[in-house]
Amino acid sequence: MSDKEDKIIFFQPDQELGKSSFLAQEGISAGFPSPADDFKELRISIDREVVKNEEATFYARVSGESMQGAGLDDGDLLVIDRSLEPQDNKIAVCFIDGEFTVKRLKVEKDCVYLMPENPKYQPIKVTEDNELIIWGVVTYVVKKV
Amino acid sequence: MFALIDCNNFYASCERVFQPQYEGKALVILSNNDGCVIARSNEAKALGIPMGAPAFKFRNEFKKHNIRVFSSNYPLYGDMSHRVMKILETYTPNVEIYSIDEAFLKFEGFDYFDLNAKGLKMRKQVRKWTGIPVSVGLAPSKALAKIANKIAKKFDKRTQGVHCIDSDKKRLKALKWTPIEDVWGVGRQHAKRLQAMGITTALDFVNLPDEWIKKQMSILGLRLKRDLEGVSSIQLEEVAPAKKSIAVTRSFKNILNIFSSLEERITTYTLLGAEKLRKQKSCATALHVFVRSNPFDLNAAQYRNCCTLTLPHATDSNFVLNRYALMGLRSIFKPGIEYKKAGVILLGLTPSSSRQISLFEQDTVKHTALMQTLDKIHRRYGPHQMKLASQDLKQTWKMKREHLSNRFTTEINEIIRVK
Repeated sequence: MSDKEDKIIFFQPDQELGKSSFLAQEGISAGFPSPADDFKELRISIDREVVKNEEATFYARVSGESMQGAGLDDGDLLVIDRSLEPQDNKIAVCFIDGEFTVKRLKVEKDCVYLMPENPKYQPIKVTEDNELIIWGVVTYVVKKV
Repeated sequence: MFALIDCNNFYASCERVFQPQYEGKALVILSNNDGCVIARSNEAKALGIPMGAPAFKFRNEFKKHNIRVFSSNYPLYGDMSHRVMKILETYTPNVEIYSIDEAFLKFEGFDYFDLNAKGLKMRKQVRKWTGIPVSVGLAPSKALAKIANKIAKKFDKRTQGVHCIDSDKKRLKALKWTPIEDVWGVGRQHAKRLQAMGITTALDFVNLPDEWIKKQMSILGLRLKRDLEGVSSIQLEEVAPAKKSIAVTRSFKNILNIFSSLEERITTYTLLGAEKLRKQKSCATALHVFVRSNPFDLNAAQYRNCCTLTLPHATDSNFVLNRYALMGLRSIFKPGIEYKKAGVILLGLTPSSSRQISLFEQDTVKHTALMQTLDKIHRRYGPHQMKLASQDLKQTWKMKREHLSNRFTTEINEIIRVK
């Protein structure tokens, strides 16, 4: 499908950035400095925008419709930052009962719920019988329009 | 003070980060071609699966104990290692990457800080950010830091994975606890000889007279003794590298910013690594290259990148290794960056069964011509018509990797799926 295109769309801008700044520097050593160099800004990079913590950032692909209401559709790319503390109302990738799931966290006094955002799905009540790992907090969703 | 940070059962831990269902379960990782066991989880160790166990001999054993088997996934391990090392580098500018899963950190001028607390913080951060559990050993010398690390790992409940040898009492207790064969830098031969003389612990060793050690084990043995006495004397390169990987990483004296100078550095590191590789009679099956700018220069543009390449066959050849190392460098080099450090880590080491390729080691010009001829033949008659003599001719070209997990962090089509 469009997986290949996603890859190119996602990573290319940053490489372009490197090339452009390199050329400008070469220009300086070659002769008269470009007056525009002082005002030169880095080209926009999606990577820089969505990745705040490179070492803690991982990606996941959404499978299914359980979070449709939150704008997470089947096939979307999720950016996960594991360095963030999971909190009430955050959307997180969790591992429960042998599989990964993405849900909104609802933290109550002595209980955690994994809340879907689609009326067709039931909230998951996490009890002592479940083994829950809150794997990482979702910070961005990248979707193809 | 030095810290040795060691990732616990690193390859197994990498697999578990993305497949948490194997947490607490026995698992083993096989060498390239699924030949033999190169890494084990604690549970697999407890079941008595030895290191180097040939996979075909242990197939029933794996089944019987429900041991999950993985092919080695170097792109994944390389990337996870890179993340761990990068986090460690935020704690001190002096980081020496010792192998894919170990690093020495040197703390200078931190005497009044609570290093144990720092160790706990490091451990917690690495675990949370990357999912990789690490053990931290802190001590005034590298050899002692190694021992402290072992203690931290062995008694992880009590130590919470961090142990600091910061008093003479602790040092002597640790030395008494450490068998001589486990002391960093004491080879099997020396260990045997020492044991025969009744020297069974690190403490016994330290009590030997200097003259005797110098005579029997050269100046290196004496430096080791000093190190164990708490006086830092051992330089990193002086001790034989860990068996499963060979790392050559250095900071540059001056900033490098053009490709050709980095190319030169990477080549030098690769050849150094290859030399060590041949010395211990091993071949590498994968290779990790990284470059980075100076993270402590706040005015410079920051960049760091790495890549891990799986080699087409196990090799100890300068030429082949370097070709791949430079291929890796080309894919991660970004112009306009002031590079401060680079490194090459040779991975997936297997014993070399042949030394034929060394014919070409010194003669890269001829080797180039040879490779060009080979490439021509391949173009004309199809690929893989001719192989290097050191390749196992019985082996089919394609590597056997039946139990390979996804490249969760380096290939976008293989990332985790969430429902």
